[in-house]
Amino acid sequence: MVSTVVGAPVERREGLEKVTGSARYAAEHAPPRRVWAWPVPATVARGTVTAVDTAAAMEQPGVLTVLTHRNAPRLAEPDDATLAVLQNPRVPHRGWFVALVVAETLEDARAGAAAVQVSYEPEEHDVSLTMTHPGAYVPEEANGGYPAATEQGDPERAFASSAVQVDADYRVPPLHNHPMEPHASTAQWDGDRLLVHTSSQGSTAVQTVLAGLFRLPEDGVTVVAEHVGGGFGSKGTPRPDVVLAAMAARQTGRPVTLALPRRHMPAVVGHRAPTLHRVRLGAEPDGRLTSLIHEVTTHTSRIKEFTEQAAVPARTMYAAAHLRTVHRVAPLDVPSPSWMRAPGEAPGMYALESAMDELACALGMDPVELRIVNEPETEPHSGKPFSSRHLVECLREGARRFDWAHRAPRTAGPLRIGTGVAAAMYPVLVQPSTASAGACPDGTFLVRINATDIGTGSRTVLAQIAADALGVPLERVRTEVGRSDLPSASLAGGSSGTASWGWAVHEACTRLTARLATHTGPLPPDGLDAHADTAGQADADSPWARHAFGAHFAEVAVDTVTGEVRARRLLGVFAAGHILNARTARSQFVGGMTMGLGMALTEGSTMDAAFGDFTQSDLASYHVPAHADVPDIEVHWIDEDDPHLNPMGSKGIGEIGIVGTAAAIGNAVHHATGTRYRELPLTPDRVRRGAGF
Amino acid sequence: MGDSQHLQGERGGASASRHRTDTTLRVNGKPHQLTLDHRRTLLDVVREDLGLYGAKKGCDHGQCGACTVLVDGRRVNSCLLLAVTLDGSEVTTVEGLTGEGPTGDGEQPHPLQQAFLDRDAFQCGYCTPGQICSAIGALAEAAAGHPSRVTDPRAPSGRAVPLDRDEIRERLSGNLCRCGAYPRIVDAVEDVIA
Amino acid sequence: MKAFDYVRATSVEEACAALAARPGARFLGGGTNLVDLMKLGVEQPVALVDVGRLPLDAVEELPDGSLRVGAMDRNSDLAAHPAVRDRYPALSQALLAGASGQLRNAATTGGNLLQRTRCPYFQDVSKPCNKRVPGSGCGARDGVHHDHAVLGTSDHCIATHPSDMAVALAALDAKVELYGPGGAREVAAAEFHRLPGDHPEQDTEIRPGELITGVVLPAATGGLPSLYRKARDRASYAFALASVAAMLQVTDGVVERAGIAFGALAHRPWRARVAEEALVGAAPTAAAFERAVDLELSAARPLRDNAYKVPLARSLALDVLTRLAEPART
Repeated sequence: MVSTVVGAPVERREGLEKVTGSARYAAEHAPPRRVWAWPVPATVARGTVTAVDTAAAMEQPGVLTVLTHRNAPRLAEPDDATLAVLQNPRVPHRGWFVALVVAETLEDARAGAAAVQVSYEPEEHDVSLTMTHPGAYVPEEANGGYPAATEQGDPERAFASSAVQVDADYRVPPLHNHPMEPHASTAQWDGDRLLVHTSSQGSTAVQTVLAGLFRLPEDGVTVVAEHVGGGFGSKGTPRPDVVLAAMAARQTGRPVTLALPRRHMPAVVGHRAPTLHRVRLGAEPDGRLTSLIHEVTTHTSRIKEFTEQAAVPARTMYAAAHLRTVHRVAPLDVPSPSWMRAPGEAPGMYALESAMDELACALGMDPVELRIVNEPETEPHSGKPFSSRHLVECLREGARRFDWAHRAPRTAGPLRIGTGVAAAMYPVLVQPSTASAGACPDGTFLVRINATDIGTGSRTVLAQIAADALGVPLERVRTEVGRSDLPSASLAGGSSGTASWGWAVHEACTRLTARLATHTGPLPPDGLDAHADTAGQADADSPWARHAFGAHFAEVAVDTVTGEVRARRLLGVFAAGHILNARTARSQFVGGMTMGLGMALTEGSTMDAAFGDFTQSDLASYHVPAHADVPDIEVHWIDEDDPHLNPMGSKGIGEIGIVGTAAAIGNAVHHATGTRYRELPLTPDRVRRGAGF
Repeated sequence: MGDSQHLQGERGGASASRHRTDTTLRVNGKPHQLTLDHRRTLLDVVREDLGLYGAKKGCDHGQCGACTVLVDGRRVNSCLLLAVTLDGSEVTTVEGLTGEGPTGDGEQPHPLQQAFLDRDAFQCGYCTPGQICSAIGALAEAAAGHPSRVTDPRAPSGRAVPLDRDEIRERLSGNLCRCGAYPRIVDAVEDVIA
Repeated sequence: MKAFDYVRATSVEEACAALAARPGARFLGGGTNLVDLMKLGVEQPVALVDVGRLPLDAVEELPDGSLRVGAMDRNSDLAAHPAVRDRYPALSQALLAGASGQLRNAATTGGNLLQRTRCPYFQDVSKPCNKRVPGSGCGARDGVHHDHAVLGTSDHCIATHPSDMAVALAALDAKVELYGPGGAREVAAAEFHRLPGDHPEQDTEIRPGELITGVVLPAATGGLPSLYRKARDRASYAFALASVAAMLQVTDGVVERAGIAFGALAHRPWRARVAEEALVGAAPTAAAFERAVDLELSAARPLRDNAYKVPLARSLALDVLTRLAEPART
């Protein structure tokens, strides 16, 4: 492929709409006679609804109806049990929706919801995860379809006999995605046709699920997700808001908007499950690993098995002949966990890369060199060759840019300053998608695909891919994305969007070019088009181990008066194939690192043992980083020419930025203070307690 | 429709009349007479009654800043202001920042909006209008001599405060961005100061 | 949020009369906390009496050298006021350490004092809370109480007062001016907020029907060195884990006057009178500061998960006192 615009720092196509306020998000589609819905969350952690008294709510001005498990439309049974809302009286966790008020205005709906009286038969609950929880088991698979447990060699014995050992426990608390746009849906029915505007990372999947639940043909459901205010995994599949909006619209015969109140979100949109890690590293005195054991215990809900695959990166990272990874999951009376940016890799690499730092300290070895010494020739778990792997180059380039060679902890007044490093990795994922490309008589080209732009700039990068594949200037390519009546495509998740959609777009454009080459005379009035479907190609097994890698460097200052830790510098160097848009890619890397900074320093949620909910349920108590927390962040990349990926030669970039950031920061805090912390986030209480100042 | 429109602030709601009050707001230079449910916030008025969806609802509790607009030139969280209290006020939303183009034939982005485009200072775009309105308010505050937590306490009172990157970060900390566009937002704000 | 009546008052007297005429009514200032709590169902007023436009936004220097701040002065304006910045720096710093630029533009002086605890159990109407529903119990005592009080708690309530500003006012010997059915009166800022005792539902000493009309900063503390420092989980836009406001007057190598108050440790700004007494008359040495602060904090009774607050508050106080003493020593 002759590259002309791919890779260029092209401006986002929807940028002007976003900065002027004209971009419309899901709750901002206001069809005539639109009304509002407000959910009623359960106030017990486990039990059964015995009665719902809706009389007071119905007396509230403007209230049209109250949906409960008794009167709500019956749905077909979903694959995802979290979508079976108002279908039965069971309460699987606190915050589960037990009623929905529909009213003329937002204010009426909120007042109506407050007036609904729900009675319960509560049951004893258990929401407390421990490493030795008796309910924990090894599932068949962890999230992503990975085997839950792997073992090679004799890791226990190799560890016991190794010259240098690290045996450490790490804890990552529950974390919340909290995209700035709450989950929201506007639903309207026209006879048996359903039109939904929803905030989703993939509206093809929403269409399929809604068609199934409401027993409709798929083409009877249109789902639009034109602009999406972030998702970070929590909008990867449909959430209850879209099902409830559709139910309420059917029941009332009116278009209905349901935008989840922020405080309802932690219970119903998924969260990153807490992970309790035990990492054992055994090494020779020269640093070479002999044994690597990563064991993870996590929780899931009673209605859905989701196992955060935090031990999976250990299967790929380092050359250890003896390797064991295992996940155990305890079903508790907690909200269902789900995807949050780099599920598995983000918490798993925090633990593994912290342990590597501990090992470097135990060996008296530079942590950069320790990682280089343990660079594997083939993927340790699978034995497959890497399609490309430039971790060492990332580490070396980062060390050079960061002036790592001159690192030394120092004191500046009350501040202790230190530096840390950690590696990053994220797998290459790709899904089949379909796309069409059309040549129009006016000389423009139209690319159509149900890709989603959750802020990644997919409209823009797909136009770049198309322009190059067609060999035409970028301005002549138009893109249509974000509607389920476009050619179906995979979701914006798993850092797979651009690879998956771009592959289909590239294929469609290549076919169109071939058609045009054989076409003579003017184009017909409807133009010419071509269609592509990458099923069988994109999802074909690869003989290669395909992953993106990177290296993080962090400098922190720890205030000995308060215990406050502030990042002073962050540097990320990544090797992720060809970078397709330098401008938007940089923003994604920086964004991922910012969320990693939050994971390291400010973000943490607490499961309330008595009540069974997350205490930090709003944005005042759950601290996503603010402007003042975030220093200037430097990002570089090493261009990789990897022929084993997709026609663009790209790897995903949406998640690798968060992977390893927290470990680099934690390692820097150790460097600054001499204290090793093994539980996130590194808030003043924890830091002062550990450091003794 | 003339310069002034009269809207029912709540369509169909059956609240008693004592729970509603006639209110006049000037929004982006246009007067609006509304009969408002007392519970209605400024945010819901501009979005649902006036169709100005630029101001975003991120948390509805003053904890994220996505709803930031200017009221009589000052930046505020519109989700916490009951609209009825603002009778006679001048409200500016992100839609009111654009100007006429040089030829008068279209909208020209405000310099800060252009700087956000130039710097790729956003991703999903949901916090963006609030960031922009907040930055405009913050620049005015600094020009009027308002200090921030990071202003040198020895800086003279009553004089414009110069804004370095730490000042910009602190002053914009009431606007959360989950995509992590913060460094680019600071770049964009610096561009319009320079 | 239930529907409510709305009245805009044009004078203090009219405001008080309007409130008296409507049982269950509340005054509305900037609304940054009240509207928040109404949305949560924690506050359910039948009527709001809007006092936001009362002519109480002036900051005036009085003939006796004190500074009178109107109750409706906005937090951002108060923080920027030259007289406050120059003469009562801890107050300006405390204001700027709180909330966000947007919130400070709306929040009023009076409303800041009357803001309510951010205890998660208080804010969630589905849970027990003696402050919200007397007699319903306290979810925090055996629950998630990482952010809760370590001083002056009761069996009924361990909530903290969230204000930064009020901590500085307490340290600076400010007074709160009230007007109500019984006429006008003043209460010391350090005594304005209550300890929870058996009545955690009462945050303050304000009497039914009273309106805060202003705050007076005394001449005696004007111009004295003062500082505010706060530790928190996020660099900005977060409530304090612990904070301290302090002023110190050192004459001829001896502490002549000290005002110290802690934030986020108690149900009210915690005026550290024990520490102050220990300091007055002593040389401003590190040892004297440590002894004084330790004496004060020996009254702390932390719970399972908030014990970190005691050494944190100690560290903050020693840092601030040391810095205040430095110019006097050199």
